[in-house]
Amino acid sequence: MSAVILDPREAKYARRKIVNKVAVGLSLAAMAFGLFWLAWILLETILMGVGGLAVATFTQMTPPPNEVGGLANAIYGSFLMVMLATFLGAPIGIMAGIYLAEYNPHGWLASITRFVNDILLSAPSIVLGLFVYAVVVARFKSFSGWAGVLALALIVIPVVIRTTENMLQLVPAGLREAAYALGAPKWKVILSITLKAARAGVVTGILLAVARIAGETAPLLFTALSNQFWTSNLGEPMASLPVTIFKFAMSPYENWQHLAWAGVFLITVAVLGLNILARVLTRQKH
Amino acid sequence: MASLTKSVEKSKISVKDLNFYYGKFHALKGINLEIPENKVTAFIGPSGCGKSTFLRTLNRMHEVIPGARVEGKVMIDGTNLYADDVDPVLVRRQVGMVFQRPNPFPTMSIKENVLAGVRLNNGKMSKTDADDLVERSLMGANLWNEVKDRLDKPGSGLSGGQQQRLCIARAIAVEPDVLLMDEPCSALDPISTLAIEDLIEELKAEFTIVIVTHNMQQASRVSDKTAFFNIAGTGAPGKLIEFDATTTIFENPNVQATEDYISGRFG
Repeated sequence: MSAVILDPREAKYARRKIVNKVAVGLSLAAMAFGLFWLAWILLETILMGVGGLAVATFTQMTPPPNEVGGLANAIYGSFLMVMLATFLGAPIGIMAGIYLAEYNPHGWLASITRFVNDILLSAPSIVLGLFVYAVVVARFKSFSGWAGVLALALIVIPVVIRTTENMLQLVPAGLREAAYALGAPKWKVILSITLKAARAGVVTGILLAVARIAGETAPLLFTALSNQFWTSNLGEPMASLPVTIFKFAMSPYENWQHLAWAGVFLITVAVLGLNILARVLTRQKH
Repeated sequence: MASLTKSVEKSKISVKDLNFYYGKFHALKGINLEIPENKVTAFIGPSGCGKSTFLRTLNRMHEVIPGARVEGKVMIDGTNLYADDVDPVLVRRQVGMVFQRPNPFPTMSIKENVLAGVRLNNGKMSKTDADDLVERSLMGANLWNEVKDRLDKPGSGLSGGQQQRLCIARAIAVEPDVLLMDEPCSALDPISTLAIEDLIEELKAEFTIVIVTHNMQQASRVSDKTAFFNIAGTGAPGKLIEFDATTTIFENPNVQATEDYISGRFG
């Protein structure tokens, strides 16, 4: 084993070790770069946002310039529209995802659906907002909560379709076969076996879609617009956190700017919470 | 050849002129076969000869694969499985299947796995009936004593051999007539294999069993009749070369190719 001359294989091995170290170093640097900006954004949001937070933020309406107020109507509007958009979009997305993964994965209709869905998935949200403006708002001559719900649902659908299809594809074929071999009808296999096995992934997809629409401004600007007052009537314009932040942050009034930061902080916390929840749910699947 | 009076075999499955295609590929050609009732019939042959494919045509499980197509007839008790008015779902309740890899449902307990067939078929049953069925099926699969104290634990926590016996319990719980087994021991160790082989011997009193195996010793140990499948080469369709009593196939085959395969000269 006393090799004085370096074996060519050992030389190769030494080189390989160096390449490995460089690769690990670059990966770590990339991670540190990403984390640096993320940490800075979070820190800034917390520092600026916590200052604007008060009990009044949750109990009072959005104020006129230079008066005391809160974000209660915007928080409620956001919550209502996001929830309804999810209830509207998620079932459609799940059903379409089931069709693509289980019923017709290789047909021409599936190929077209996937292609259109990819376009919808990558379409700028402002385009969806303008579409709903043209089709709903312009026709009924009024901005409304429903128009906002519709625009947000159009964002939810493609995300849920994609994740549902991917998650169902991950279910091992052996499970489906086992169920078919027991003489189970197809719809029953999908509901009780396949969808159940993919449950955590599908729920994660929905949560990520919720996280995404919670922060969307553009589709709401042309649809729900905003409202200074509390309203549960989806036929009227409705306030939302992102649009309120947009309006307040651009203003020269200091109290509005503080409220904008508080809103940014609230959205960040909500989105972070949803992401963590999604993580926890996927981990439980072992 | 001790007795002169050959016991009369009642045919359970009768296959007539069966051809099988994957898209344009002709995978099986002109299969004719009579599978006897309450006996174990083994399918042997080299990889790719179509024996697993053929097994799947016996309960229409190939229909799960896109592009797969069957011509010909498979009669079970005189009814053609491929007649227009036959629902594949009902076929599979009559002809159960056990797969190569043990595949218990991972989200279900041992008990729920056994009951899965009944539940998936929309069957409602009382708690005592369900408990009876679980005990009977697990007893039938020689698994009851090992799991009776942990019926509510997940099925995936069992050993490979126990999981396979759980899958057999799950298959027999829907009370089929025929049990198809697609290399049921190939993922198992020798002890677990022995347990499954003993079980097959017991099960044939109640079920007609068809087993695909790569292990020729296994075929000679467990089966009453053996079918040898072969292909002429890549791309050629699989054919049934010889079908006879297992002792004949292994001791005195009629076709040279069978003897070559049995004696390990190819395949």
